[in-house]
Amino acid sequence: MPSLRDLRRRIKGVQNMRKITKAMELVAAARMRRAQERVLAARPYSDEIASIMTELMRRSPQYQHPYLQVRPVEKRLIILVTGDRGLCGALNSNNTRLAVREAAQSTVPVSYVTIGRRGRDVIRRLHRDLIADQSMLGDRPTMGDVLPAARVAMEQFESGEVQQIDIVYARFISVGRQQATLQRVIPVEAPEDAKAVSADFEYEPDPKDVLDALLPRYVEAQVYRAVLENGASEQAARMLAMRNASDNASEFIDDLTLTANKVRQASITTELMEIVSGAAALEG
Amino acid sequence: MAKLQVELVTAEGRILSEEADFVLAPGVEGDLGVLPNHIPLLTPLRTGEVMVRNGEAEHILFVAGGFLEVLPDKVTILADAAERAEDIDEARAEESRKRAQELLAQDIGNYEASLALERAELRLRVADVRRRRHGGHPPAQ
Repeated sequence: MPSLRDLRRRIKGVQNMRKITKAMELVAAARMRRAQERVLAARPYSDEIASIMTELMRRSPQYQHPYLQVRPVEKRLIILVTGDRGLCGALNSNNTRLAVREAAQSTVPVSYVTIGRRGRDVIRRLHRDLIADQSMLGDRPTMGDVLPAARVAMEQFESGEVQQIDIVYARFISVGRQQATLQRVIPVEAPEDAKAVSADFEYEPDPKDVLDALLPRYVEAQVYRAVLENGASEQAARMLAMRNASDNASEFIDDLTLTANKVRQASITTELMEIVSGAAALEG
Repeated sequence: MAKLQVELVTAEGRILSEEADFVLAPGVEGDLGVLPNHIPLLTPLRTGEVMVRNGEAEHILFVAGGFLEVLPDKVTILADAAERAEDIDEARAEESRKRAQELLAQDIGNYEASLALERAELRLRVADVRRRRHGGHPPAQ
């Protein structure tokens, strides 16, 4: 039987842990809301780009920008998006595992660009071909923060080093559900759900130049959106993980309290017995 | 008279959403003035000022490149970066202009620095134009 003092100390300890996980849960909830707002705020831009692109690709299907050409793949590049911090359930490792598994199944060599410290550390530990890293972006990544990583990937494609680029991130399905997702970036596939603006556009200087300027931005917007969405997913996952931790702590505290009470009662009973039997011995 | 619905969006969010009867934007081929019922047009933008006029009210914004999409009743500007003139922090713009000039003087990364200088000067000019027109505060010294 553990001593009463030990039990009380453990209860204190677990209570302190619960304070921390509870606080982290609340912070993650607030950050998740803000992250979701940022995802929504980014939507008009990427929707608009997608609809212009759909229109342009329909207009001049004969023009083949390099980003649209499907070439035999000799080497691939995966942009791995993760968080910078842990304590968010399996989110980071799910993303990393999806990327590494995809590479293992691929018949061609794969190199990586990482956005986020967690993914970077694993890729480095596994001695994979890590080309560039853009980590520690904080809670409010701007387009400018994400751009360098996207640029490196695009340059790899333009120089013919790689022929296919995918991005891995945690898709935000609901507060309770995030899904590690692999998505094609280049060669660019025509966005499916975009509504094309049907108007007879004039182009200045001409459609080709407009598409040339548009495609890199479309790719950048895709990468940026993935980073934002992953951020929202990370906070949601952390909130859930911390809620579970708090619940477990509460349960543990209840168990320990029960044991402590039993121990206390047992010792009181023993003491009483001793007093009573001592008194009886004196009277006799 | 017909109005234009003007939307200025960046990757980070919507900067401006307003009705207007005239929009001036820096197209790659030259500055473009757009009135309602303009023919549909698509063009990339240079770094420069966008002016949106609605009656007496005027907005001046700084854009660092992007796209202009014109429909008869709607103008959408997809900017790489944008700031409203009233938001431009003059001290910050001034500081980044100094930094760019120092970089130029050192003759390293010349191209990047000259771009940064150009952007910083534009920001200052946009802030300046606004101040003269609207009698805002002179920069705190």
